This record gives sequence, C-alpha cells and structure tokens, in this order.
Amino acid sequence: MNLPDAEQLLVDLTERMRPDVTKNTVLVGIYTGGAWLAERLHQDLKCILPLGALDVSFYRDDFREIGLHPQVKPSDIPFEVEGRHIILIDDVLYTGRTIRAAINELFDYGRPASIRLAALVDRGEREMPIAANYVGADIILPEDKMLALERGNDGRLSLSLYDKVSPEK
Amino acid sequence: MNNPQLNESGELQHLLTTEGLPAPILLKILDTAESFVGVTERDIKKVPLLRGKSIFNLFFEPSTRTRTTFEIAAKRLSADVVNLNIAVSSQSKGETMLDTVNNLSAMHADMFIVRHSQSGAAHLIARHVRPEIHVINAGDGRHAHPTQALLDMFTIRRYKCDFHNLRVAIVGDILHSRVARSQIHALTTLGVPEVRVISPKTLLPSKVERLGVHVYHDMEQGLKDVDVLLMLRLQNERMLSARLPSAEEYFKHYGLTQEKLALAKHDAIVMHPGPMNRGIEIDSAVADGKQSVILPQVTFGIAVRMAVMTILAGN
Amino acid sequence: MRIFIKNGRVIDPRNGIDAVNNIYIVAGKIVAIGTEPDSFQANHIIDAKGLVVCPGLVDLSVRLREPGLEYKATLESEMRAAVAGGVTSLACPPDTDPPLDEPGLVEMLKHRAKNLNQAHVYPIGALTQGLKGERLTEMAELQDAGCVAFSQSDKLLLDTRVMMQAMQYASTFGFRVWLRPEDASIADSGVAHDGEVATRLGLPAIPVCAETIALSKIVLIARETGAKVHLCRVSSAEGVAMVRAARQQGLPITCDVAANHIHLSEMDISFFDSNCHLVPPLRGISDRDALRAGLVDGTIDAVCSDHAPVDEDAKLLPFGESEAGATGLELLLSLILKWAEEINIPLAVAVAKITSEPAKILGVKAGDLSVGTAADLCIFDPGQHWRVEAPILKSQGKNTPFLDMELQGKVKYTLADGIIVYED
Repeated sequence: MNLPDAEQLLVDLTERMRPDVTKNTVLVGIYTGGAWLAERLHQDLKCILPLGALDVSFYRDDFREIGLHPQVKPSDIPFEVEGRHIILIDDVLYTGRTIRAAINELFDYGRPASIRLAALVDRGEREMPIAANYVGADIILPEDKMLALERGNDGRLSLSLYDKVSPEK
Repeated sequence: MNNPQLNESGELQHLLTTEGLPAPILLKILDTAESFVGVTERDIKKVPLLRGKSIFNLFFEPSTRTRTTFEIAAKRLSADVVNLNIAVSSQSKGETMLDTVNNLSAMHADMFIVRHSQSGAAHLIARHVRPEIHVINAGDGRHAHPTQALLDMFTIRRYKCDFHNLRVAIVGDILHSRVARSQIHALTTLGVPEVRVISPKTLLPSKVERLGVHVYHDMEQGLKDVDVLLMLRLQNERMLSARLPSAEEYFKHYGLTQEKLALAKHDAIVMHPGPMNRGIEIDSAVADGKQSVILPQVTFGIAVRMAVMTILAGN
Repeated sequence: MRIFIKNGRVIDPRNGIDAVNNIYIVAGKIVAIGTEPDSFQANHIIDAKGLVVCPGLVDLSVRLREPGLEYKATLESEMRAAVAGGVTSLACPPDTDPPLDEPGLVEMLKHRAKNLNQAHVYPIGALTQGLKGERLTEMAELQDAGCVAFSQSDKLLLDTRVMMQAMQYASTFGFRVWLRPEDASIADSGVAHDGEVATRLGLPAIPVCAETIALSKIVLIARETGAKVHLCRVSSAEGVAMVRAARQQGLPITCDVAANHIHLSEMDISFFDSNCHLVPPLRGISDRDALRAGLVDGTIDAVCSDHAPVDEDAKLLPFGESEAGATGLELLLSLILKWAEEINIPLAVAVAKITSEPAKILGVKAGDLSVGTAADLCIFDPGQHWRVEAPILKSQGKNTPFLDMELQGKVKYTLADGIIVYED
C-alpha cells in the first residue's frame, strides 16, 4: 500500500493551521508522534509560548484490560492551562479515545478557553464523538493494520504500516 | 523456589520485599514514579487510574506517617481507601490475622497495604489472599520496607543519576532495621558498587557481609568519600536492652554532624526515612542543611507509592 | 494369641542379628526365632517376605498433649499415630497442663495409656514444681508412679544453683536428668538460628553459643554431681564437638537429636514457612552435617521424633508468632531410613538409633527381639514410597516440614505385647 509522504503532509497541515495561530496559541503534542509534530509546528508556525507535551497513559480507558503502558513519560505542561487557547496535536486520529484521554488530562491542569485538534492523518472509524479541526490527509486503512509515525536520525518524518497486535490480557 | 511476589508471567503481583526483584522491575517502578512526581506538582493532584478500586490499609502496627502517605497516594489515584488499625479492633477480640484478611477480602478489597510487627506477616497474607488481590508490605518486623527503599532509590537517582559509580553508607541500627535490609537489596540489585554499613557490633546482624556490604565500626573511616548517607533511626529500646549505654555516647560515635559529613564527598547527600531523632542520629544543622534531601524524600514517597499501586493494579 | 511371622528380614541390633528368619509369638511374648517351637499352631500368620522385622521403635520425645492440651491432640489420636509409625515405646515430656509434677497425674496418664493397649508410655517427670525452676518435685514419688527420668522440657532453668541442686538430688537416687542445652537469656526471644537466613528474614536469632554455653554448664555440673544426664536435641556442630570431648574425658553423658534436624537446615525456612519453626531451631548446613557425622560416630546416641502436634491456627501466623514444633511419630522411620540411604550405612546401624539405643537411654526393657521378651515389633517395607499428606496422618497435628513430600519406608504392621495394634 502506498503511504503518503509525512513531510509533505506536515507542510499541508502547517498551512491549514497558519491562519488560526496567534501569539496566544499554545501547542500541546501527544507522545510520541504528536510531540515530534508539535516540535516542528512550533518552529514553523513561530509560536511564542512554550511547547507542551502530554503522556495520556494515566487517563486511558483500557488500564483494566492491558495495564500500564510499558513506556510512561512525565507530561510536561510548562504554562498555565487556565484560560488558554490550546491546539492538541496527534499523529494518527483513529477511534478518538486517545484524544478523549488527552482532553480529560488537560482539564486536570486547569480550565482552557478552547481546545482544537490537529492530526497529521485521519483514518476514520471513530468510537467517540471527536473531530479534528486540522488534518494533513484522510486515509482509509485495513482494520488489521496500525499506522505509525517514525522519525529518522536526520529528523525526517515518515509513515509506516504494521500489523495490529491484539491485547493479550 | 518460585518468587511469591511474581505471577507466572514474571510480573509483579505483590510487593513484599526488594530482595529477589530483578533490576528491570525496580527500575520500572522508579521510571513510573517520575511521571507521578509531575502529577503531585500540579493543582489537580489526581489521576483516574484506580477509580473504583478499594485499597485497605491493614495496619497491625500503628503508624500515622506511613499510613497517611499510602492513603494520599491511593486517593491521588482516585481509589477508595479504608483504614484499619487492627491493633485496636478485631485482634483484641481474638480474631486471627488471616480471619481479618478473609473478612475484608469478602468486602471486595483489591489491594491490602500491610504493616505488622512480625517479620513475614505480609508474606503470610499474600499466600492466603485470592489471586486478584495485591499485597503491599508497608513494613513487617525487622524484615522489609520495600516502598521506603524504593523512594530512597528514587531520591538517589534524582540527585546522583547513575547508580554504577556510587559509594553509599547506611548508618545505624542495622540489626533491627527493615529499612536497612530493603535498602541493601535494592542498592546491590541496582548495581551500586560499594555499599557500607556503619554500626556498633551490638547493632549488626550475623553474617551481614553475605548481603553484599562492607562493615565499618568506625564512622569516620566509613564515611570517607561517600556519595550518599542513609541514616537510620535509633529506638530508645536499644538502651533498655543493654545494646547501647546512652543516646549521648551513640551520638558522639555514630551521630551525623557537620564535621563527620565533611569527610564524605563535598556533594554527598544526606537521607533519613523519618521521623528523625535530632541530636541522636543526626544533628539539626545537618538535617536542615543544604546537603539534606530529607524533605524531598517525603514528596517522592507519594509518587513512588502511586507507581507501585498502579503497576500492581495493572498486572 | 499365637502369631507366626515368616520370611522377614529380622534386624535386631542389640543381638547383632540381620538375617531372614521366622519369629514365633505366644501369649504376648517372643518364644522363638528361627526354629519352630514344638506343637506350635499359629492363629495368625504374617508373610513378611520382602519386609524388615525389627523391634518396635522407641521414641524419646512424644508430646501426647494430655492432660490439658486436648485442643491440639488427644491421647487416642497420638497413640494411634505412634503405632502407625511403628513406635511401641515412647517417652512423653512433662510439659502438659498441668505439668507432670504430681504422682496422681502420672498415674492417670499411665492408666489411660495402658487402657488403650497400644504403645508403652514412659512419662518423664517434671524436675521442678510446675516446671517453674524454683522448687524440686518429689522425684522419688514420681519415680514410684512410673517416671523414668526428670526434665524441664522447654521451660529452661534460669537459676544455675537450682540446676545444680536438682541434679545433685536426682543423683542421690540415681535418677536420670534430661536437659535441653540452651541458655534462656542468650536465646531471649529468638526464633531462628543466628545466621544468614535470620539476617535476611529479619528474624530474632538464637546464636550457637546459647547451646554451647548451656552445654558446658550442664557438663560441668554433671561432672561435679555425678548425675546421669541425657542431653535433649543437640542442634549445632560445636555442641556435638563438646559432647564428643566430654565423652572422651570419660563422662557418661548421652544425647539425642530430632529427626528433622538431621535433614533440614535454616535454608528450609524459605519464605517464612512456620512448619520449620522448631525448637531448637534448624541451624546451618554445616551444623546439620556435623549432627549426621555425630550419629555415625556414636557421639549422638539416638534419634527421636520430638513429636509436637500443633493446631492449624497456631501455625497460620507470622513465623515468630507461630507455635514451634512438628508432628513426627509417623515420619521417624522414613527419616532414619532416608539418612541411612544417603550416607550409605547398614540398615541395622540406623535401626539401632531408634530401637536399642533409645531403650538404653530410657533404661527400660525394650528395643530388641530377645527370646522371652514382650513381642513389640515393627514390620516395614523399606522400599515403599508414600506421600506425607494431611488426611493420611493419624496424628491430629499435620504440621511437618515434609508435608506433601514423598518419603520411603512404610510401616505395614506394628505389634505391641504380641497384639497387632496397627496394620496398613
């Protein structure tokens, strides 16, 4: 299957976001792919306020089924969430459950003025009433495949497909 | 002999002692605790991970400090907490420890946090609970206090980064200390190359070198070039049972003062599990001084316990 | 009752017999070995082909828990356990409730036991009143009532002067004094051997010197008073060495070891297994090996079960709070055979340790198959494996470190006074 070029998608996404980004906009990337994207966007969109990163492991809805994610990193929100206009950034928007967790987590930091969502790829199949405000591309994928963003040693981003591993527990 | 703390997949089922736990498991607890430190620093100090879970504090030996830390940790995970001071209630009516545990299990407990004056109590409870229930040892007799040792390791890593080039000294009553035993196992497992114990002969257990430590009776010798000082509390009981003559003589030879601290590395850190006996095992000037990390230990203690509960509940 | 036991391998250590032979029993006594007596008509024939026929076992320490401790076990259950283990003579320590310090209590116990018509019970009387270690008991009266020796069981004597005077008094009459060598103040609240395991597990510990200090005290007082002393349950290498040295210097002191201690060590405590909470404690591997060597060279005269049935609740407690002791009547034979096989010594040598030798220490007519003596026999299959499981044990105490393990050596028949009191 031919996957689009992630770098090109990023360019498209950046331009779609540019009109709405002001000096008061805050970007928050979701680990790990969303955080990489947020770094690039923060730079390309010349954001002034510091960049945030979220680890949603503590807010996921599947803790009872599969336990704690093997790699948990501390979230880093170096600004007051209260009253902020936040753009959440994730690599692949799929069921919407990750975004639900991210929103709940952000609200535990404070009450934002607004939250918008930017995703590099929207693959549909939503299980939550969640939509992205900015999308790089819509892609339809087979149910048994997962899409992941990768970053090379040179910093270049690319998309790859792998088989879905069903949860053991 | 299979490790009673691990399930068939080698994951942590109970936390009873740091002894016999492989380094990856210890490190996972420390790494997970890093994320919880961030949670304790924000306004909403809660996460919804253990919502709906019931955690029972079974304290057969009273302790407000430890019980409170576990309670705070559990509540920050959104769990429901029930505190039982067994010393006061059912035990006095002649109910056995296991009867108490069985009754509580019938109330849909998910986790027991157990403190008891007898070594092996947590192991006994862990052997008898239903498979879904997790047991955390909050201190059993002289045997183990794994969460204390883990928060101590977390603290050391925070300030010193790499375990592999440290000299660590544990000072005080090793014989009666569950904290010391748990610290020794954790330090050696995590690869600390030199672990020293500094103690008078009457407060050292038999064959303690077999645990992988160097024994010193002279504190000045023992503190030379040390990176981390782990001070232990001295109980008044030791004077009464003819192991030590007086707190004053103990302080003179084994108490930590500015002068003795100067023998260690200039950036050595000073730790203590609390509560401190100022003027007996540690001088106020040192306890409140710039090398002391005793207060941060307390904060880290909550994050580490949150990490332990989360990992157990998720396995 | 006329019984003919045929084709068994007869092992009688005292008479130096180890050969296949026939035994003839009439009216409760052994009337012949080998040649059939004139006009002998058997009522009952036991085919002992492939089995060993030895004297009924003599066990130097069996707690029957009566009087007073019936919630742990009863005389009936423990006497059944005794014969199931091949034991036909047993000594019970005085630590009952009340202790065996009154002739009336001793007579009642003997009477109750006699009526059960199973093993012969030889009570050990209390050395001091109430076992309190202060005032002497009426040892002469107690001996008349049936006591074969005097002891403090596990209520260690705190006062050296009392120990000396008690031994002096006993010596006046030639009475035997049985003492467990342990210094109470050093042992303090210890529950495990002072070694690496107690250090790791954080268990209050009993150093070896608690045994050696007490042992040297007992040896010196024995020498001083001329008392006939038997040491109960030696547990350490240094302890064995001291007994060996005392014997070499001509002191007629005897000692025994508990069956569990010749196999197990502190390592078996593992994750706080309270079935390994024993008195004296299981010590280091080198101590265990020295006990085994002491048995071989005869420094240790006999092995006993140190039978102590404990109710389940008292074991389901943290190690230090649990009650010490193991059930042992039904394992004594297997454990002795296991030792014999592991160090490759003749079966007869092993059998002596639980028959002729303990009988000598007790000073009673038992432990051999001489013609004309009471027909107390144990017939066992040395090769049969069996699993130590709670429902199989006749004792009310299921507390043994060997629970759920497989042992070798099964009692098939036990005869006491010529009556088959146990059949597998």
